[in-house]
Amino acid sequence: MNVTRILTALLASLLLAATPAHAESVLRIGLNDDPDALDPTISRAYVGRLVFAALCDKLFDVTPDLKIVPQLATGYEWAADNRAVTLRLRPNVKFHDGEPFNAEAVRFNIERHLTTPGSFRKSEIGEIKSVDVVNDLTVRLNLSQPLVPLLAALTDRAGMMISPKAAKELGDRFGTRPVCAGPFKFVERVAQGKIVLQRFAEYWDKGNVHLDRVEFVPITDSTARLASLRSGDLQMIERVSPTDLAQIRGDSKLKVVGVPELGFQVIRLNVANGPRSKALADVRVRQAIDAAIDREALVKSVFNDEYIAGNQFVSPSSAYYNKKLPVKPRDVARARQLLKDAGQANPSFTLILPPERDRQEAAQVIQAMLAEAGITMQLQSQENVTMLEAGKRGDFEAYFTFWSGRPDPDGNIFTHYTCKGAQNDSHYCNAEFDALVTKARQVADPAQRKQLYDKATELLLRDVPAIHLWHRRVFTGLSARVQGFTPHPDGIIRVKGLKF
Amino acid sequence: MRRLAVLVPTLAIVSVLIFSLQKLLPGDAATALAGEEGDPAVVAAIRAKYFLDRPVAVQYGLWLGRVLRGDFGDSLRSRIPVADLIVSKLPVTVELAACSMLIALAIGVPAGVLSATRQGRPLDVAANFVALSGLSVPHFWLGIMLILLFAVQLGWLPASGYVAPWDDWRRNLTTILLPSVVLGTGVAGVMMRHARSAMLQTLRADYVRTARAKSVPESRVVLKHALRNALIPVVTLGAIEFGRLLSGAVLTEQIFAIPGFGKLLVDGVFNRDYAVVQAVVLVSAIFYLLLNLLADILYFVVDPRLRGS
Amino acid sequence: MTDARALRKLVRRPMVLAAATVVAGFVLVALAAPQLAPFDPVAPNLLSMRKPPSAVHRLGTDEVGRDVLSRLIWGARASLLAGVIPVTLAVALSVPLGLLSGYAGGWLDSVIMRVTDAMLSIPFLIVAIALAAFLGPSLRNAMLAIGIAALPTFLRLARGTVLAIKTEDYVEAARALGCSRPRVAGRHILPNMLAPLLVQSSITVAAAIIAEASLSFLGLGQQPPAPSWGSMLNAAQRYLSQAPWMALYPGLAIFCIVMAVNVLGDGLRDALDPRQQ
Repeated sequence: MNVTRILTALLASLLLAATPAHAESVLRIGLNDDPDALDPTISRAYVGRLVFAALCDKLFDVTPDLKIVPQLATGYEWAADNRAVTLRLRPNVKFHDGEPFNAEAVRFNIERHLTTPGSFRKSEIGEIKSVDVVNDLTVRLNLSQPLVPLLAALTDRAGMMISPKAAKELGDRFGTRPVCAGPFKFVERVAQGKIVLQRFAEYWDKGNVHLDRVEFVPITDSTARLASLRSGDLQMIERVSPTDLAQIRGDSKLKVVGVPELGFQVIRLNVANGPRSKALADVRVRQAIDAAIDREALVKSVFNDEYIAGNQFVSPSSAYYNKKLPVKPRDVARARQLLKDAGQANPSFTLILPPERDRQEAAQVIQAMLAEAGITMQLQSQENVTMLEAGKRGDFEAYFTFWSGRPDPDGNIFTHYTCKGAQNDSHYCNAEFDALVTKARQVADPAQRKQLYDKATELLLRDVPAIHLWHRRVFTGLSARVQGFTPHPDGIIRVKGLKF
Repeated sequence: MRRLAVLVPTLAIVSVLIFSLQKLLPGDAATALAGEEGDPAVVAAIRAKYFLDRPVAVQYGLWLGRVLRGDFGDSLRSRIPVADLIVSKLPVTVELAACSMLIALAIGVPAGVLSATRQGRPLDVAANFVALSGLSVPHFWLGIMLILLFAVQLGWLPASGYVAPWDDWRRNLTTILLPSVVLGTGVAGVMMRHARSAMLQTLRADYVRTARAKSVPESRVVLKHALRNALIPVVTLGAIEFGRLLSGAVLTEQIFAIPGFGKLLVDGVFNRDYAVVQAVVLVSAIFYLLLNLLADILYFVVDPRLRGS
Repeated sequence: MTDARALRKLVRRPMVLAAATVVAGFVLVALAAPQLAPFDPVAPNLLSMRKPPSAVHRLGTDEVGRDVLSRLIWGARASLLAGVIPVTLAVALSVPLGLLSGYAGGWLDSVIMRVTDAMLSIPFLIVAIALAAFLGPSLRNAMLAIGIAALPTFLRLARGTVLAIKTEDYVEAARALGCSRPRVAGRHILPNMLAPLLVQSSITVAAAIIAEASLSFLGLGQQPPAPSWGSMLNAAQRYLSQAPWMALYPGLAIFCIVMAVNVLGDGLRDALDPRQQ
């Protein structure tokens, strides 16, 4: 009897000792996937950006309405010819290892992005020709050509600053122990387990950091993720599946907020890429396919109306959406007429798609819609990478992919539809279009850019090198206890400012 | 000892098979890694960095050389050394396999013994039927059904995920329970059948008959004399089954989102993470071969008849 | 003859008889799918998506409004094909290779057996997944992958039988009497291989059906819109809480056919193997 009691007391005191005197505030965020390397230069996966948002500050940030605002840079100034931009840097900023952030660090980081073999940032900021250190807190980026969208790239991984000292020490394993200048510093990472970050005491904006720790937990299964949120094990989950929304909304302890994504879901059509472009070479056939799809019904039935039907390279809620050309209702009669004009009453083509549920389900519905207009669409599943390689080679008639989207409209259109664009697997080539979107890269005035993009959209909707179908909403599910959260269209959770 | 000698060439061929497996996987890893933009310069840089641009034989040589030194390379995706990944996943899968084995033994062996003693009677028929059901049910479906019942409908257990025992042992148990039951049922069927046929054989043996003739109580005959000997083949077969569990939990780990070996493998296949796929398959093959060897040795050690010859 | 006795032994067991009926039933359903299925198994219906079982849709509808029962009926074709074809493939390849290996002996035998050992040390499903990923997702490729993954077991069995029978008196006598090797193989060895291969085949058919379902579940097997029980389960996993019927029935179907094949296999083994009870 006595022994038991002593043991119990001992155990209780042990447990008490293990609990810290004042409860630490820990925010646990469920990720859909395990992030890849935590190194801004070679990071590729989207999901890594959620971790970076807490770990690494950037030169600039974007607001929910896509305005560029200062973060580590306090301001910028374009040269008269838009071929150089001068950045003023925030003073008294320290990296997690105590090293100072300054103009020299910016130069180091930009050069690292540009010269590291396998850098994923090179294509984003490759137009930077050189970096001049003007003084300790001023740098000038010299560009090979005028490129206004460059600043948008600096709001993402290309604008993230890491400690030059740590980068030199760790080399290409920097991602296993990242050292940045964000509100939280790296503690540990258990692969496919969790990533633990801790509040950085010397953060330049520490007044806005209210949490002690942040843990990112990758859980690939959506049911499991949701269950963990409901059980209180997680306080936030990213990119909630539309089919799970009802459960969150039915739970008074939880909230869910959503905003339209920056990207789009698209079927790319082979217009002129090799011999397999024959099936859809006639623009009228492509227009007929476009007309035969009922986007609203698709979104309504397959995605419970939680996604947004779309037909352009930006979502209808974007400032750059061409409002004169909204999503048209389905018109089977017009589709049939177009096919008749093209002399192909019953065209047939194959759509390649990866084994991913959203697209698999939508493709089957689209298949049925096209059949009603006399168009036969065969489905062929290919693993994502295989599909993208087939796309590059021109070994496709149509394939179903998506683009994650960029804050600047240029990132959604230029490389996609210009003659030599890297994403232009369709090999669509229209000199007039190229001139418009190239001009849009060189002017800083948003109104003027909007005009150019409106005209470009008109051309795309006429020539149909690709069929834009819908834009997802990025939903974030969170415990009702979490306060101060504003959803961003990029889906990235800004941990700064959050509190319980 | 001959078995040990055979192990080496077998492993060598396994390594070649595994290496060609990587070459078989469609889609260049470099393209998979190059991301949305697919910048050709990035692709080329990755190819050079991971020697993907060298002849296959050279790649194999480089790979084997590193593997023999215990270096499986870095995961192409997360840049974490694959050896570290393996070390961090292994305890999870071992725990899962051990729990499943425990369940399998706890159900399978008594059921086998019981049904052997009542051979041909309704209990035996029923037990056989249940064992066969355990063998026939698709594990991943059983997993889905258990999630549906215990997590979605009743809300008693978490649907999936994993908590390490040193983080929270109670939650560890709740997360490991369903997957262990799923894996355990299949193995329980196997163990029951092994235990049953082993018991049937020993029950027919002379010493059991002698014991019976001496009117030793039947329960004593069964438990003391027959079972002890029947357990020998059961234990050795158990070792082999355990080896299978270590790598056979692919879909179960996928469904329950258990970050173990199987999940590492499937994710590796889908991400074209060659280094990971190779290492996981190699390690599981080694486990399998070693456990088979262990089973042989066990058999040799515990069975006096074999020792004599 | 022994065959007739074995058959009689087989039929006398009620379990085996029931299992045979179940298997025959599935085969019939698969053959008569066009007549039996009440709805088109592939055409989506946007007005009846994820509806619970009702008088019209006895087993409910799926993620794009198709009748689950109709898909189940058509899916029987994929599952049965995936059970039989890989095994046929494995048997067809393993018999000549086994004869070659068992007869030739020497280095050729060593090489074949070492490769077989190596393949056996990698779990069946892992080999199948890797091969299916390599060949690209389709039902045909999945069957090919399963067939290749199943090959080593059969090869080993075939070779073992050859080795065992090769030294039997009557075979040696036939050889001594001047029968050619192919003749001995055809006359004496092949018939003796039949029983163990048949037993192994029935076990492997069951395993192959589950393997196809597993591959389809991972998206590496049957491709949409064509139905397969495994891919139906894949689709169902997303809607577990809203549409549980989507997950229930395909799994039950797999379970029933696999169980029946296993019972048949057990019966076959007992009937053909005199050592077993």
